[in-house]
Amino acid sequence: MAKTLERTFDGRELFASTLVWSAAVLVTGTFCWLLGDILWHGLNQISWTFLTTPPRNAGREGGIGPIIVSTALILSVCLGVSLPIGVGTAVLLAEFTTDESLFGRLTRRSLDVLSGVPSIVFGLFGNAFFCKTLGLGFSILSGGLTLACMVLPILIRSTEEGFRSVPTGYRLSAAALGLSRTTTLVHLLLPAAVPGLLVGLVLGVGRAIAETAALIFTSGYVDRMPGSLLDSGRALSIHIFDLSMNVSGGDAHAYASALVLVVLLLAINGTASWLAEHWLHRRIVTV
Amino acid sequence: MRPPTPTPGTQPWVPLEERPACYAPNPFIEVEQLSLHYGQKPAFHNVTLSINKGYITALVGPSGCGKTSFLTSLNRLTDIIPGCRVAGRIRLDGLDVLAPHTDVIRLRRRVGMIFQKPNPFPLSILKNLEFPLREHGLKDREQIAASIETVLHDVGLWDEVKDRLHSPALALSGGQQQRLCMARALVLSPEVLLMDEPCSALDPLSSGVVEDLIVGLRGRYTVLIVTHNLAQARRIADYAALFWVQNGAGQLIESGTAKQIFEEPRDPLTAAYVSGMRG
Amino acid sequence: MISSGSNTLSRWPTDRLLLWSLRGVATIAGAIVLLIVVFLVMEALPALRHVGVARFFTDPSWHPTEGFYNLTPMLWGTLFAMVGSVLIATPLGILSAVFCRYYAPPAVAQLYRKLIELLAGIPSVVYGFWGLVVLVPLIGAINPPGPSLLAGIIIVAIMILPTIALMADASLTNVPQQYMRGAAALGLSRWATIRGIVFPAAKSGLFTGVILETGRAIGETMAILMVCGNVVQTPHSLFDPIRTLTANIALEMAYALGDHRAALFVSGLVLMAMIASLVAAADWISRGRIYG
Repeated sequence: MAKTLERTFDGRELFASTLVWSAAVLVTGTFCWLLGDILWHGLNQISWTFLTTPPRNAGREGGIGPIIVSTALILSVCLGVSLPIGVGTAVLLAEFTTDESLFGRLTRRSLDVLSGVPSIVFGLFGNAFFCKTLGLGFSILSGGLTLACMVLPILIRSTEEGFRSVPTGYRLSAAALGLSRTTTLVHLLLPAAVPGLLVGLVLGVGRAIAETAALIFTSGYVDRMPGSLLDSGRALSIHIFDLSMNVSGGDAHAYASALVLVVLLLAINGTASWLAEHWLHRRIVTV
Repeated sequence: MRPPTPTPGTQPWVPLEERPACYAPNPFIEVEQLSLHYGQKPAFHNVTLSINKGYITALVGPSGCGKTSFLTSLNRLTDIIPGCRVAGRIRLDGLDVLAPHTDVIRLRRRVGMIFQKPNPFPLSILKNLEFPLREHGLKDREQIAASIETVLHDVGLWDEVKDRLHSPALALSGGQQQRLCMARALVLSPEVLLMDEPCSALDPLSSGVVEDLIVGLRGRYTVLIVTHNLAQARRIADYAALFWVQNGAGQLIESGTAKQIFEEPRDPLTAAYVSGMRG
Repeated sequence: MISSGSNTLSRWPTDRLLLWSLRGVATIAGAIVLLIVVFLVMEALPALRHVGVARFFTDPSWHPTEGFYNLTPMLWGTLFAMVGSVLIATPLGILSAVFCRYYAPPAVAQLYRKLIELLAGIPSVVYGFWGLVVLVPLIGAINPPGPSLLAGIIIVAIMILPTIALMADASLTNVPQQYMRGAAALGLSRWATIRGIVFPAAKSGLFTGVILETGRAIGETMAILMVCGNVVQTPHSLFDPIRTLTANIALEMAYALGDHRAALFVSGLVLMAMIASLVAAADWISRGRIYG
């Protein structure tokens, strides 16, 4: 063994470095290509007119006004249903069940399974249950309810995290003061767990907006301005799908709609990340 | 570098006091004016110390005096701590440790380190010892097996683990894990062993076993051990150095032989510390 | 969390009301999965009864108008697309995470991580659209026609890469610092440390990431629908157009009636079964890996 301390050349290290950097460059390049392409082709179509007027000529002209409205309505239905159920379940799991309770374990298990179900299967279910059995037909309501099912696991998981991060001391002090569980919950714990809830909410919204397969058979294709929740409405993601696959010459507006959707999602996921890092002090994985 | 011993009749006559000492221990590590900063905060300032070859040197002092930081600068582990700056000179066997062209990998093969909390890798016992050997170039399977068996005997683990070399290292007890970490450091045949409070995280029984091990290393390795435990330092050290916080940074107050530091300290602070009146 | 069975409930009536309403709500949430399975089975029953399970794998082809319901070509399509995309995305994703944690300067690592997080949020329809207008013509120029298994594999690989990259990043971050310091003190080089110590330490997280991304690859519908060509055939080359189970449902649901519609629900059940077995296999494999 040499008694010197001079630097030597290590071939394996060089190979590893090259491999790692190449992977990073490849990935960055591909994504920049993708995002750049959308930005390039979509940016010049975006205007206030585009965002507010209805589509004409099967979407080749005009804008995406009613589509944005439909998307917002579907989202509202989704959140309006999933929030109370989600928060309630999260509260129960975090505050009122032990780790060994059968009910708790079963519920958690079923939510885990739910989060793995593919979106097209949700579409099938939504079609069979909401559209046919409950008689809602192709409507914003059906779409929103289907999305609510999809979004529940995310919302519950994040809200539960929010509750778990509240220090035990709060609950002990409240109990020592003789406060009822309800009061403790509503006045102490819920406000403290709001960051977790918000993160879950934002993540859920992000997931819902990106959804296409679950909506095709539940909220339908109609691109007019919806009159009520029972009307069929077209979500932004479906509009992009339709323009690119079924409408020849629809590419230009498809690019523009894609850009709008991507920007919306960036804003949403960015907010979720920011909230999580600053309020919850942890990083979340938005996969 | 020592001047060569003159052979009689061939060299001009050199006065007695200038001839190389033939009994005094040789410094193996020489530290000159070493200072370390974490960002703006100084950990220790202007430490000058010589570590003698083959002996056990204890670094004592209350916590926060920079003893551990001093230790980590000797094998340039400070390189991987972000914001850490080291100034001064460290010479190991005459070679400049802090020079930019120094190969830290070679350095760390010659200088081994054992941490306060045992940290065996999440691999099997065998793999923990085999992996560093292979990475440093040893390919011969029989040699590897022989080295592993030797070090396991050295640390007294052989009989306890010889039947389960493939079981996970993390399944061992705390004391066994620390001994495995020592074996892992020894398997690379280092010349220096840096130990950062190796017994403080162990129960008294394991602590005793590890301490006996360290004493057994005397004469074969140069050992530098940071310890809070004055009684332990008294038991095992040949040389000692006291660190203390002064002017906001760790300072080397006094260093010398263990006998001198513990029984005839020159500095009043040292006297107060070793008698238990301060610290 | 404080454990609280009902025996620790106070006398407050609101508490009792609260508990029961929470239980009701949680039951709804927990029952959804059951509801899904029940409805799928209900809708699929007609096909299972008239057509019989065996014919879903032995009929000459998938031609519902003629009463043929063989799912196998589409099963192969799903499997090939899944395997191909996972094989591409996993090493790239893990290397990306390694890059972020160990090789990139801090500013670059921050940017890179943000980029991957950004991409995790892009919807599948946008990926499919880009694949349709950019990737498919490119592949068509090399080897016509453009829509193909290869296009599907590439697009799905791009889509699932953020999943594995972010999970890997989280697992690498959780590797205890003491291993890194121990490895450094032994003079182990960076790649040796990563290969020999970090990967074994991060094993379970990486494994979870692979399972997650595989599940996502199996369930992907829109992007595959848009770039794969949707011809029902067992692919014999990367350039053959294929149709996956998911794309099949999306395409034919709009006009399917009677047994045809029920057959589509059967393929929905097959998808659920695939994912369930994936998760079960993952559970079983990871059970033996407590210490490694």
